[in-house]
Amino acid sequence: MALTMTDVAEGRPTIAPPRVAEVAGGQRTSEEFDELPSKLSVRGLDFFYGEERALCGNSLEIKEHRVTAVIGPSGCGKSTHIRCYNRIYELYRDHKAGGEIWFGGRNILEPGTDLLELRRRIGMIFQKPSPFPMTVFDNIAYGLRLHFKLSKGELADRVEDALRRAALWDEVKHKLKEPGLALSGGQQQRLSIARAIAAEPEVILMDEPCSAIDPVATAKIEELIEQLKSQYTIVIVTHNMQQAARVSEYTAFFYEGYVVEFGPTTQIFENPREKQTEDYITGRFS
Amino acid sequence: MSAGAQTPSQRSVQTLAPARRRSVARRRVVNQLVTAGAWVAATIGIAVMGWIVVTVVRRGIGAISWSFFTELPPGPGEAGGGLANAIVGTVVITLGAALIGIPVGFFAAVYLAEFGRGGRVATAIRTITNVVLGVPSIIAGMFAFAILVKPLGHYSGLAGSLALAFIMLPVMTRTAEDILNLVPNDLRESALAIGAPRWKATMGVIVRSARGGLITGAILAVVRVSGETAPLLFTALSSPYWLEGLFGPAGYAGGPTANLTKTVYDFATSPYQNWQDLAWGGALLIIVAVLGVNVLARLVFQRGKEWH
Repeated sequence: MALTMTDVAEGRPTIAPPRVAEVAGGQRTSEEFDELPSKLSVRGLDFFYGEERALCGNSLEIKEHRVTAVIGPSGCGKSTHIRCYNRIYELYRDHKAGGEIWFGGRNILEPGTDLLELRRRIGMIFQKPSPFPMTVFDNIAYGLRLHFKLSKGELADRVEDALRRAALWDEVKHKLKEPGLALSGGQQQRLSIARAIAAEPEVILMDEPCSAIDPVATAKIEELIEQLKSQYTIVIVTHNMQQAARVSEYTAFFYEGYVVEFGPTTQIFENPREKQTEDYITGRFS
Repeated sequence: MSAGAQTPSQRSVQTLAPARRRSVARRRVVNQLVTAGAWVAATIGIAVMGWIVVTVVRRGIGAISWSFFTELPPGPGEAGGGLANAIVGTVVITLGAALIGIPVGFFAAVYLAEFGRGGRVATAIRTITNVVLGVPSIIAGMFAFAILVKPLGHYSGLAGSLALAFIMLPVMTRTAEDILNLVPNDLRESALAIGAPRWKATMGVIVRSARGGLITGAILAVVRVSGETAPLLFTALSSPYWLEGLFGPAGYAGGPTANLTKTVYDFATSPYQNWQDLAWGGALLIIVAVLGVNVLARLVFQRGKEWH
């Protein structure tokens, strides 16, 4: 059931319109939510894969130093949504985003945004750990060298610091000269996190970071997320609802490109306001 | 849907008549026929190739001696002598071709696989590359003749290199593009997501990740042209003398340059027994060199994979 540009332009109703598409305005969420400063404000975000519409008017407030989980069934647009925050979709010619994403006082979707600086400030962890084809040390140093002028000593200190923050230092301190690809899957994913942290980001996006690794490694990543949120704002896409409930303060439920419901995680899971959210959370559809 | 069509649920409850079994005996016979056919075809193919190699080794091995690698070709009927000048010439001409063809082919591939991805320009270039890939190699020789030999007024090893580079270019481009396309997009996205500019992500991460395959591709592109004769016919031509430096009438860019394939061609078609023997020796050397470089390419590829 793909929405096309023409459908949207002609205002043809192509799917049953969700009853709440603009939850993010704030009136339905708790008071604490309203008071916290937003790190990112997403307003009316649309996304197109060529002619096919994947996101419809998404609006979300990403709160500073909180973990926001993005949940929903496969193909609902949750990954597509966060891939707009660092404009990584621009690698592909026919991927286009519309609407606004406010970050640091400007709409980053506008032309003229410095993408290199944007991606330094908004780091991203992907589903599949992708260590660069170089040593563990150089994997971390890569981002550092890109953005900072550092002496050898400073570089080594920062590599260590990033690995410590990603809870990986003790496991790899004797393996710094080994290829990043020689680490286990879970270690590779923490290496990716360390690599992102080294660039000193403000926001870390995680696109299903645990779906390719085992439960023990997953537990470690979740523990890590808990530690990291004091310094960073985290947005995590997950298809694991227990994980969303465990790690996040806020949850957005996506369905067919719409933000159906957005609010405090406890409210979403214990007292969903929308029928679709309830059906999804209780496992009536997936 | 036509009237009276059944819905899937109705159809599933219907009892079907037992299906007729296929003949097991017939299947066994067909299986054996196809197996035998494949076996015969493979045997013929390998036998012919084996025949060529055995013949070249048997007739060429006698020509291989110390003087084969160190001396100039002898006169008709003279004892001794070798193809040393042609060996040197072939190495120099092939290296020259590699110096032109590999970098250009590599960067063209980087454009096709990374920067121009999915664009119209890239599609056009890829189509042209595919066409050039099928162009007979003698056309490459004519091309070099027209742009280098004719204006300069003399044959040269450089013109030979240019002709070979022209053949090498599409091979290198397509191979390198295929190899770069094998690098998963996850890696591209990861490099860009850390804030790397596109060129740094490409050269520092993507190319590095594919380097084993790229080196193998480059070596195979060199192998592909090292046995070419036609492009050298009216570019490098041939020479009975040593290559003397780069310029000057006997130099690489200054005049006809001895090379193995053209010398084998000339000597093999001559009426003199000692020249014919040297031609077999030259043929053997070419086969062994191509085999050796192929093995090298495979070793490089294996080592490249170990890193991953």
